[in-house]
Amino acid sequence: MTVRFTLNNADVQLDVPGDTPLLYALRNDLGLNGPKFGCGLAQCGACTILVDGKAVQSCVLPLSGVDGRRVTTLEGLGTADKPHPLQRAVIELQAMQCGYCVSGIVMSAAALLADNPRPSDKEIRDALDRNLCRCGSHVRILRAVREAAAQATSGDPK
Amino acid sequence: MTTRRDFIKGVSGGLLLYFHLPVRHADAQDAFTRPAALAANPALESWLKIRPDGIVEIATGKCELGQGIQTALAQIAAEELDVGFERIRILTVDTAHSPNESFTSGSLSVEMSGAAVRTVTAEARGILTELAAGRLGVDAGLLSVQDGAFLSNGVATRLDYWSLVEDISLTGEVSGRFPTKDPARYDLVGQPAQRLDIPPKIFGDTAYIHDMRLDGMLHARVVRPADRESKLNLPERLDDIAAMPGIVKIVRDGSFLAVVARREDQAVRAAQALAALCTWSDPGLLPDRASIGDWLRKAEADVKVVAERSDPDAGTATRNYQSHYNRPFQAHASISPSLAIAWRRGDSLTVWSHAQGMFPLRGAIAALVGLDENDIRCIHAQGAGCYGHNGADDAAADAALIAMHIEGVPVRLQWSRADEFLGEPFGSAMTTEIQAGLDRNGRIVHWRYDVWSGTHSSRPRGSGAAGNLLAARQIAKPLPVPPVSNIPQPSGGSDRNAVPLYSFPNQTITKHLVKNMPLRVSSLRALGAYANVFSIESFMDEIAQDLHADPIEFRIRHLSDARAIAVLEKLHSQMATAALIQNQPTAGVGIGFAKYKNLGAYCAVAMRLTVDPESSEIRLDRAIAVVDAGMIVNPNGIANQIEGGIIQSASWTLKEQVLFGERGVESRDWASYPILGFSEVPDIDVVLLQPPGAPAAGVGEAAQGPTAAAIANAVARATGKRIRDLPLTRSRLLAG
Ligand code: FES
Ligand code: FES
Repeated sequence: MTVRFTLNNADVQLDVPGDTPLLYALRNDLGLNGPKFGCGLAQCGACTILVDGKAVQSCVLPLSGVDGRRVTTLEGLGTADKPHPLQRAVIELQAMQCGYCVSGIVMSAAALLADNPRPSDKEIRDALDRNLCRCGSHVRILRAVREAAAQATSGDPK
Repeated sequence: MTTRRDFIKGVSGGLLLYFHLPVRHADAQDAFTRPAALAANPALESWLKIRPDGIVEIATGKCELGQGIQTALAQIAAEELDVGFERIRILTVDTAHSPNESFTSGSLSVEMSGAAVRTVTAEARGILTELAAGRLGVDAGLLSVQDGAFLSNGVATRLDYWSLVEDISLTGEVSGRFPTKDPARYDLVGQPAQRLDIPPKIFGDTAYIHDMRLDGMLHARVVRPADRESKLNLPERLDDIAAMPGIVKIVRDGSFLAVVARREDQAVRAAQALAALCTWSDPGLLPDRASIGDWLRKAEADVKVVAERSDPDAGTATRNYQSHYNRPFQAHASISPSLAIAWRRGDSLTVWSHAQGMFPLRGAIAALVGLDENDIRCIHAQGAGCYGHNGADDAAADAALIAMHIEGVPVRLQWSRADEFLGEPFGSAMTTEIQAGLDRNGRIVHWRYDVWSGTHSSRPRGSGAAGNLLAARQIAKPLPVPPVSNIPQPSGGSDRNAVPLYSFPNQTITKHLVKNMPLRVSSLRALGAYANVFSIESFMDEIAQDLHADPIEFRIRHLSDARAIAVLEKLHSQMATAALIQNQPTAGVGIGFAKYKNLGAYCAVAMRLTVDPESSEIRLDRAIAVVDAGMIVNPNGIANQIEGGIIQSASWTLKEQVLFGERGVESRDWASYPILGFSEVPDIDVVLLQPPGAPAAGVGEAAQGPTAAAIANAVARATGKRIRDLPLTRSRLLAG
């Protein structure tokens, strides 16, 4: 089956079985590094991406589920030249240890901020609760999300 | 103009990585004592290459584990050579060319590898300076270096490193005759530097082993039992599986079973289908999880008194106390299951792995697959955080076994989440018992401590210890399991921090090292210190509570170490400032303290938490940590590690225990092994003390024990219930 969708603002089409988990299609067929394999069970959030702007766990979503939709991964969020406020804040605050969890966390946070530019501390924590971090970088990551929210709402150009 | 210092500071000037090295510099005319890493690998060319194109390559035997080692070593090299930080390339550890520095563990990498890098870069600089002086006909003492270019008396010359290295080979044994820089002249070392590994990770560039994609690479999965000792029963003919789409090979060697496919999703499906066909022999029932402490006490063990002190004049005890404490098996549970890539071409094999030691891994794999060590090349690539000996080595060994059946194409083995839980060696279950006798003045005069535990060290250290690999027990001709070992005092393994820092006039500390554990065990962050500090600090708190003594004052009463006292006094004042003293009906504040390994950093933690009176749910509000890690060159770095340690320890303490039943491990995913999440972490303040003249100490593991005790003590203050069994779950609170 041929699946067509928009990936990081570019049109793509894939001729692989539609029941392939989206995570494998993104990583192995499309060569992306952002979404990570952590559990394959919708429990850790390492594979989080945006589908039509909503944070989704790509390890349990079949490829066919994004047919005709808009998919964004870490790569599509920003680049070294034009970083997303969250990416900039993570670098500034060095908000990671191993960093393996951070891609998924940043995607969850990006969905939150797009929806709710001034989240409360509780709203941030709730939004990130589906993402696990084993290194204990939580306190710094929370700080980075607050920082990014503050930057974005202070009119910093995106 | 951008200075080197600005460059290294990077974007917002926020400080990001500091580090510190013990310093040997040159005015001292002492004999050259080679840093240990250098003594083992004395050739200059094995550490450093200055390229004519203006790049300096540094090879190191230490792996980047997300701890920033590469950044730190780049700073050291740039500092000694006086070249721009951006000219330094740190090569990944590769047995084909890296110096052999064994494992990257124990928070010592920057100190050890750094000392070697500093010496070799000083040597290279010295050799090139002598050469330049000869060419220019000036005294070497008049020459200085600016970004690799020589200045004579401050005036530019036509010579630089990059042209000189065309005429001289920087090879041979490092002499140590060239002085290293006086730290007073440092302008990079000790300055904030942004970690080199963060930008690629945050923009989705190639950063992890997961991101390696080799031409023609196949995908493999393994199929494992719940009990590592089970034997596999599987039909000989597996035509239905072999006929599934994309299947290249089913690999079977004794009870080791794997499947190789063209696509990853095909390998996953085939492994699931295979698992459904497998039956596993019953290796004998495992002990009851609920009474694992009793099981440990009765198991066959090596018993050894590790510390003893007696003072017959210390007075008699008029009050006696006794308690025992339990710690369950706990998992490293890296956020990524282990992964490896192996590629066999004829009789040679290349393995990429995120394990902590490429040279020991090479030896172990050689013994496992029956190749000569020299025909195997192990190359490090970054994985997710590991916190000790997890499944990384085993996955690499599995991939190697599989690759022996596949000629000429790389095979990528990704363990599943369940593979990691079923396969990784856990932190050992432990049980402890403490007895104390107090005199009339409320001073402890007798102390007796016993700890029962499995080993905390069973790494596959080279060919002789290949039997420690998971697959080594499964293959048709299993390898012998090396004898159980334990790290001796003063660091200790199971008995790490079993000897209290308190001055008790009479004490006996005994370790019981259990020989055969029901589950596989090895090193997990802080080793035995987590449970030993939890036990000692809970017990001290119990006694203080019984005596109606202030917990900090009661500890200080038994301390003579001035730095320990200073840390506790500072904690006391920080708690007062933060109004963390008052225990309201449902809220409690507890403290815990230790000097890690009795050799490292002093760390005192106060935790404030609330216990919901209806649900008995524990909510962590706020933690304060006071740390004395000696000389601080790295405030933010220390804070980062302490924060991470507190959160991970809080997770262990409140939630974590490996579930197992009679027939094996039952924790297979994040639902059956939950960890602390974003809505559950406390706010954390870290305060650093810096007594003048004290050498720097690692802090990566210092907070694990104190945090556990602080939580248990806070729960006791909030609820009046003393929980002595980890983790402190809701059901234990309800039952208690
Ligand atoms: S990998 Fe998708 S949630 Fe864990
Ligand atoms: S930084 Fe390592 S898992 Fe989050």
